[in-house]
Amino acid sequence: MSIDLTQFHQTYFEESFELLESMETALLEMSPGSVDMDVVNDVFRAAHSIKGGAGTFGFQEISDFTHVVEALLDGLRSEQLRVSAPMIEELLASVDCVRTMLEKQRSNEEILPSDWAAVHGRLEGLVDVPRSSGPTNADVAHATAESAPPERPEALDWKIDFRPYLDLLRTGNDPLRLVTELSEMGTLESHCELGELPDFDDLDPEEIHLRWELRLHAATTEAAIANVFDWVSDQCNLEITVLPSDAPVATKDGHRSTVAASPRDNAAPTQPTVDPGKPEGRRMTESQSIRVAIDKVDDLINMVGELVITQSMLQQIGENFDQTQLDALRDKLALLGRNTRELQESVMRIRMLPISFTFNRFPRLVHDLSRKLDKQVELELLGQQTELDKTVMEKISDPLTHLVRNALDHGIEQPEERERVGKPRTGTISMNAYHEGGNIVIEIADDGAGINKSRVLEQARQRGLVSPDEVLSDDDINHLIFHPGFSTAETVSDISGRGVGMDVVRKNIASIGGAIHLTSAEGEGSTVTIRLPLTLSILDGQTVRVGRENFILPLVSILESIQVRANDVSRIAGKTEVFKLRDEYLPVIRLHRIFDVEPGRLDLTEGLIVVVDNDRQRVGVFVDELLGQQQVVIKSLETNFKKVDGISGATILGDGTVALILDVPGLVTLHDRHGDRPDRAKSVERDTEVVAA
Amino acid sequence: MATILGVDDSASMREMVSFTLKSAGFEVVEAVDGVDALGKVAGRPPVDLVLADVNMPNMDGIELVRELRALEGYKFIPILLLTTEAAPEKKEEGKAAGATGWIVKPFNPEQLVGTIKKVLG
Repeated sequence: MSIDLTQFHQTYFEESFELLESMETALLEMSPGSVDMDVVNDVFRAAHSIKGGAGTFGFQEISDFTHVVEALLDGLRSEQLRVSAPMIEELLASVDCVRTMLEKQRSNEEILPSDWAAVHGRLEGLVDVPRSSGPTNADVAHATAESAPPERPEALDWKIDFRPYLDLLRTGNDPLRLVTELSEMGTLESHCELGELPDFDDLDPEEIHLRWELRLHAATTEAAIANVFDWVSDQCNLEITVLPSDAPVATKDGHRSTVAASPRDNAAPTQPTVDPGKPEGRRMTESQSIRVAIDKVDDLINMVGELVITQSMLQQIGENFDQTQLDALRDKLALLGRNTRELQESVMRIRMLPISFTFNRFPRLVHDLSRKLDKQVELELLGQQTELDKTVMEKISDPLTHLVRNALDHGIEQPEERERVGKPRTGTISMNAYHEGGNIVIEIADDGAGINKSRVLEQARQRGLVSPDEVLSDDDINHLIFHPGFSTAETVSDISGRGVGMDVVRKNIASIGGAIHLTSAEGEGSTVTIRLPLTLSILDGQTVRVGRENFILPLVSILESIQVRANDVSRIAGKTEVFKLRDEYLPVIRLHRIFDVEPGRLDLTEGLIVVVDNDRQRVGVFVDELLGQQQVVIKSLETNFKKVDGISGATILGDGTVALILDVPGLVTLHDRHGDRPDRAKSVERDTEVVAA
Repeated sequence: MATILGVDDSASMREMVSFTLKSAGFEVVEAVDGVDALGKVAGRPPVDLVLADVNMPNMDGIELVRELRALEGYKFIPILLLTTEAAPEKKEEGKAAGATGWIVKPFNPEQLVGTIKKVLG
């Protein structure tokens, strides 16, 4: 039998990463002085499982390393060691080491001593581990002793006196199995003594009253024979002696059982068919997989079932259709609509994971950072079960890390400073996730110093981002920090970088169709709110018409749609067209100019202006009219055609036509680039005027 | 066809053991811990052999042995524990609870099947 162990590696890696996460969480909960044994046990079990799997699947370095971790935890578990702060730190460091080693193992990279040796040494210092390089060597030795002596000894005559205790059967052991196993080692002669059998009336069938005298002629060792009785060594008296070589093998009576020596004793375990250590050069790459709860799959199957039923009902109606069935047809179509929507939702749920997958890493981050910065910080995680799309989750992870680092580095003050201003010494950072409308909202709030608005404004003026006499609202000032290259941190630290961060955060979030907003009160703290689409593959869109073309605007970016009056429209410097929205002048983007299509309407007062928000500024997009709102499935233009500025993708509308999905930030950039380009044909304008007249 | 109850909290070990035993022609019932195992044996004819990890949450392997031995159908069924060399005391504990024997981790599929075939005869 040959089993390819590599097929279980993926499961092992996934499981181990999960175990590491739970280890980390538990370690962060641990503190010197108050030790919850359940927590210690959990951590021990996690390390133990990782080690066990590593041994089984042949990941020697991981197995050796986790052996020390396990030993340390075992010391804690048995209360031979006491939890200390450095110990927790080293255990956390060991989690990182194991993670690195697992990642390397998974991608078939070589694990280097630098990945683990330092931590290994410090762990060994904390616990008096036997210097052997782990249990695996011992096991190998054990296996060797068990099955294949290094040199095949000469055949000898062995006398084995086996006297089971009364309770041997109660452990499910069977003397016959032992005798059979011995018989496979050579020529066996067995004699069973019945002398101690009680009278029938006193006989308890669950007890054993027999004893055996066995003669074995075999080329084996005492250890190998004793090993046959390993499981019952505490349930019997066993004597193994070598008979003088010239003693004849007794051939008395019917108890003789002669079985030819099988090759078993020098075969199997020494030559495993599978060498788990070497996946034969086959590269195990990280597969793109997702674990889905069974109930989600069941839901999906259920939905498909419903869909099939609806389809067959429709087919029946279609087969001999007449006007009387119109109502039935309408009903069934409505049902089909519902089925489709539900099916879509179930499919989307499959890609959804609770945000705890991302949130989970933050307790560790906050723990490490606050130590490094000598700050006291408590992290609050809320809404951990809020689900979002796996891809969105992957993309949000780095921006969130950046924001939390920022909050800790620049937001939360030193404990002394907090005390001075009358706040508790321990600062709080809270992360919350929840659904709102069709979006996921993630908030990161801190009760730190907040944004120093005057300093931000001063810096912005120094850098010429804001003209000296410009008056900005608080909101505008807060958003200055999203400007590329902006930083007001007085000292550049290695924690949250050099202020190149926030604009990257904003860009990353915008790239997945999200928006970021910051509110801050000086002295009280800041809150960053991120609004994300539920998924990247479906978008709530507003269909708009320009001339004969239909475009889709993401609903999330639309603030309002208005019809402007002639006296609200003007031009700045005779070029850039603007319109007045309440107290503000916003630029107008004419889609027909950007995409070079034939316009339907040219007069701003005749069409509609859709006010959109792209984080940096609000603009009006001029369209002929609004059509319906609908969910559209995003088809990538890049993979099917090429990247087009101002377009984020395409979709197919209900009537089969293709509509382009507008990318609002891209539109603004395009508009800035050739905002003053004239209309492509004056004649068109004239024609339209005529039509309009 | 012998049926084996495989109990392990580690998904990869469970997968490995299960696949190996099925490949060797056994029927396999899986459980994730002692409590789950007791649920799995309830209301079905006794399995032919139990293979249980020692270290598991909720109910460990040793406690499971004790519970199983208290069931009428499991008095004499072979129960093997998966132990590690690092914890030899578990062997004695397991035996005291009524375990038949142990298989020391790490083991390879051939060792596993070899031992089980030996026990089942």
